[in-house]
Amino acid sequence: MSEQAKQPILSVRDVKVHFQVKGDGKWPWSAKRTLKAVDGVSFDLYAGETLGVVGESGCGKSTLSRAILNLIPATAGEIVWMGKDLTRGTDKDWHAVRKDIQMIFQDPLASLNPRMTVAHIIGEPLRVHKPELSEAEVMKRVRAMMARVGLREQMINRYPHEFSGGQCQRIGIARALILEPKLIICDEPVSALDVSIQAQIINLLKELQREMGLALIFIAHDLAVVKHISDRILVMYLGREMELAQKHALYDAPAHPYTRALLSAIPIPDPQLEKNKVIQILQGDLPSPINPPSGCVFRTRCPQAEARCGTEKIQLRRISEQSQSSCLLA
Amino acid sequence: MSLLKVSNLGVQFQTNDGVVSAVNGVSFELEKGQTLGIVGESGSGKSQTVLAMMGLLARNGKTSGEALYQGKNLLAMSPAELNRIRGDRLAMIFQDPMTSLNPYLTVERQMTEVLELHKGISRRDAKKRAIELLDAVRIPEAARRINMYPHEFSGGMRQRVMIAMALLCEPEVLIADEPTTALDVTVQAQILTLLKELQRDFGTSIVMITHDLGVVAGLCEKVMVMYGGRAMEYGSADNIFYQPSHPYTIGLLGALPRLDHDGSELVSIPGNPPNMARMPKGCPFSERCTHASSRCADELPALAASSVNPQVLRACHKPADELQQAAQEVAHV
Repeated sequence: MSEQAKQPILSVRDVKVHFQVKGDGKWPWSAKRTLKAVDGVSFDLYAGETLGVVGESGCGKSTLSRAILNLIPATAGEIVWMGKDLTRGTDKDWHAVRKDIQMIFQDPLASLNPRMTVAHIIGEPLRVHKPELSEAEVMKRVRAMMARVGLREQMINRYPHEFSGGQCQRIGIARALILEPKLIICDEPVSALDVSIQAQIINLLKELQREMGLALIFIAHDLAVVKHISDRILVMYLGREMELAQKHALYDAPAHPYTRALLSAIPIPDPQLEKNKVIQILQGDLPSPINPPSGCVFRTRCPQAEARCGTEKIQLRRISEQSQSSCLLA
Repeated sequence: MSLLKVSNLGVQFQTNDGVVSAVNGVSFELEKGQTLGIVGESGSGKSQTVLAMMGLLARNGKTSGEALYQGKNLLAMSPAELNRIRGDRLAMIFQDPMTSLNPYLTVERQMTEVLELHKGISRRDAKKRAIELLDAVRIPEAARRINMYPHEFSGGMRQRVMIAMALLCEPEVLIADEPTTALDVTVQAQILTLLKELQRDFGTSIVMITHDLGVVAGLCEKVMVMYGGRAMEYGSADNIFYQPSHPYTIGLLGALPRLDHDGSELVSIPGNPPNMARMPKGCPFSERCTHASSRCADELPALAASSVNPQVLRACHKPADELQQAAQEVAHV
């Protein structure tokens, strides 16, 4: 990595997102309870790097991505973009940042306005963030971007419902890229797509990343997809960080029992390997994020849990050059 | 005689855009205790195939061909006859456990109803049996939880309830339509392990419908790969995964990001899934196939034994031996 790359472009420090939800009692005035969707997550992101964020439903990975863009304001913690602390930023500050950080969403059709044509959808970020551009210039850039993501120019006046899922996702990518951002947050961009289309979109994202030097935060529940695209991977469970490691360290020597359980649960498309594999089955269900277990949140389902897991303070600590784990036993 | 023999099954829907053929000429056999995986992407007709067998097609749907269960054609049966078999001898698990359980009824009522209807036993005995099965699928405190409503269970638990319900009458064939697609991977691992154990203990035959090749690899002995409403390749799991002989199967395996192999570029299948209302005259995959010739677009290839391995049926004009090189690249043997 070059010297410039040593400086993180994004630093997330101990970010918490808590929601107030209906109380235990049956009355509207019963005391509210706190749902801890994200509870103290920290990481750095460097230019041109891909950080994969994995975890099962309810682990807070999507909420975290929205907190980074202030779409859901963080309750506590700091979000530092290019050396600038945005935590107490004004709407104007955030507006400027969103030129550099764009997002791609999971449901390709639902994230496109059905009443806008492709030309409008892809051009809108330019109209909002660069009003000085002439309409002819906007259309020129829209056409160039469409060609870049593999959409034919004749499609420019069509509406989203006329496209298949994979094509809609290409429109979403074009919309995110047209401002030439430095970071794209991809929230499960391929999980709604068929395998053959999924590979097209992953390859497209990797290509564009190489060309434009983009950083990606790639959120997914599929560890095989994340392995394919990421440099580093963050594993989350119940709003906390379990493990943050270089890709190879995480897959070759997972340092957290939850990571090991996740990896062993993934079906391998190879009959001999898959039929003879020992799966480490997690017992029980996910605890409620309203009332998470004390200490390590994973200890209620952890095969190696000890008494001290419930009492000691748990935080991510470095266990090797390439990986950090929150497990006390690692 | 095989337990279930489907031959030349077709499903057509009458729509505003004309007749749409969702399934064309699908045939397979299932022996006792065997597991068949039907793999395909959305719109490949895999779900419609089994819905047709169970008499559950939408109202504008028509079937052709036959599906013999113990020599009797399921497709020609009256609803009354079918009702005696489905839920009892043939049971089904659906993809979304929330929308396929009745939210107004407790789990106890939904489960005892099945036994009262098919076995004619009292509700008290039925409840005892239902609790046994909830125990068998490892629902903790089954005796207490049986009185709860579906919304009080988590997604994985609901799917267990569905499985328990399907197994109430000890069916001979269990049809599972994407039973783990809506679930997280760790829950999926729990459910798949459960299905394997149940198959071992009860000797149930399973038809597993999924888009996930990993799930198929772990569970199935035979695999049928479908595309555009037709069977593309049909053979044992080992043959399909280690010596795929159809360009679509090869494409699918190449497009799959894998945990067990490293970093090679994904080989995506170009183009988009076919529009069912405007299918090509020839092979449905011809438009996206990298091996296609002009013949492929005009002439439909028949499903026939492969020249390399007669155990495998394939529908492709290109001889299997010419695809061996491509197959080896994706099979990672």
